[in-house]
Amino acid sequence: MIVVLAIGFWAGLALKIGIMAAIVPVVALPIIFAELKLSAHMQHRIGPYFAGGRYGWAQPLADGLKFFQKEDLVPDAADKMVYKLAPYLVLGAAMAVFVVIPFGPDLIGRDLDLGVFYALAISSISTIGVLIAGWSSGNKYSLIGGLRAAAQLIAYELPLFLAVVGVVIQAQTMSMIGIIDAQAEYQLFGLEIAGNAIAIPYVFPQFIGFVIFYIAALAELSRTPFDMPIAESELVMGYLTEYSGFRFAVFFIGEYIGIFTMSAIMATLWLGGYDPLFFDLSGLNDIAANAIGALVLFGKVAILVFLMIWMRWTFPRFREDQLQDLAWRILIPLGLANIAVTAFFKVVF
Amino acid sequence: MDFSLAGNWVFLVLAVVITAAAMYTVSTRNVVHAALALVTTMATAAAIVIMLGGEFVGWVIVLVYIGAVVVLFLFGIMITRAQVGKATALDHEGNVRVMAAVVAGLMFAAITYGIVELFGDAQLPEEGVVRTVDIADSMFGRFVIPFEAVSFVLLAALIGGIVLARRDEER
Repeated sequence: MIVVLAIGFWAGLALKIGIMAAIVPVVALPIIFAELKLSAHMQHRIGPYFAGGRYGWAQPLADGLKFFQKEDLVPDAADKMVYKLAPYLVLGAAMAVFVVIPFGPDLIGRDLDLGVFYALAISSISTIGVLIAGWSSGNKYSLIGGLRAAAQLIAYELPLFLAVVGVVIQAQTMSMIGIIDAQAEYQLFGLEIAGNAIAIPYVFPQFIGFVIFYIAALAELSRTPFDMPIAESELVMGYLTEYSGFRFAVFFIGEYIGIFTMSAIMATLWLGGYDPLFFDLSGLNDIAANAIGALVLFGKVAILVFLMIWMRWTFPRFREDQLQDLAWRILIPLGLANIAVTAFFKVVF
Repeated sequence: MDFSLAGNWVFLVLAVVITAAAMYTVSTRNVVHAALALVTTMATAAAIVIMLGGEFVGWVIVLVYIGAVVVLFLFGIMITRAQVGKATALDHEGNVRVMAAVVAGLMFAAITYGIVELFGDAQLPEEGVVRTVDIADSMFGRFVIPFEAVSFVLLAALIGGIVLARRDEER
């Protein structure tokens, strides 16, 4: 039991929370900027250009300031209390995942024994935020958007978990650090690969799981081609229709935080996390390992985020029934087969 | 109660929150508010389980009950009856409140008696977190037959549900 006056514990906790709170804008703003700039270039536009002097690097900051000075609107037909609560549920659920994301061998909020399970469980709370946002706005487009979002998030939570189970079976742990260490063991199912000279990240043995998780993550994040909940051409802006100003900004940041945390989970589970591909950081001293580890993780996340933005301008939006078909008829059976095959290899070798 | 322990203070806060949320769940006239209060109740219950060292069970409560069951509740409520700002008459006719209070009181008494009889003032061991590996070992080792039996029953219930709900097109 922790004694109330144990200053060290509370100071450490406050420090960790402070760092987490500072990390959130630091990771969200570059992703927002990347989205603006990459989308523009993929469409042969220049994109933001003037804000900040060069390349429009300050555009996300300027957007943020614009959101803050807008009037705080609450629709007359809205359920006011629930309407105000919804954005914080979404952002809070997205931020809570940071607790288990390992930026380096020691740079982790808490290496929970349940690691990846915790991350997926806590992020499932954001479904409720989206659903009540749609309902409480008192607008039929919002409601339809919220319902679509909920149906989609429930359907794709299952393949998301099934994809992770393969990795967990192979690594024999759910702890994020444990999974990274398991990938740095220079062997595969106890077999010798390439003279045990290179560490094999799980993206190779678990490629199917990686693809399933990537597709399901796109759907969980409501990214194109799975952006039916906010389909502009049908539903105005779905559950976000009535939100403006600061509350919209909270949803917006929550969305990009979600992109970061999902990419970080993928980088950890399949790409070796803070270890550079095919090698590990065990030869370095603590400070160097943590610094390089954080850079490596951010690099992997950047690649995955780039892929997500690329997909957005490559694929058209699915139809609602195609979305459900993909989840229930293709991804879930494939995920189950992947688990069976992984378990077979694990037991036989 | 020893007020120098942080754990006791946390428990006190959680106990107040869970009681208030549970009362609000059954007393509000707005179904969606009731569902949200249920979310708070579940989350607090999960927090108490985690305080007791049952990390896995705590997060399963979050995942299954908050992430799936309550979402389905909300989903069902929203596509059927909930209109913003309108209170629906949720009470049954007759004097059900008294009966509900009696049942709740009896449940409370039974659970309290059971817990006190079973555990008394037993203390949790230091580092009391139950490791997931241990749960897996006992579930798929010692308790594998009950586990399989339960999953068989659930599968049967699932198939039964589909059979009851499904309407085949008449030819």
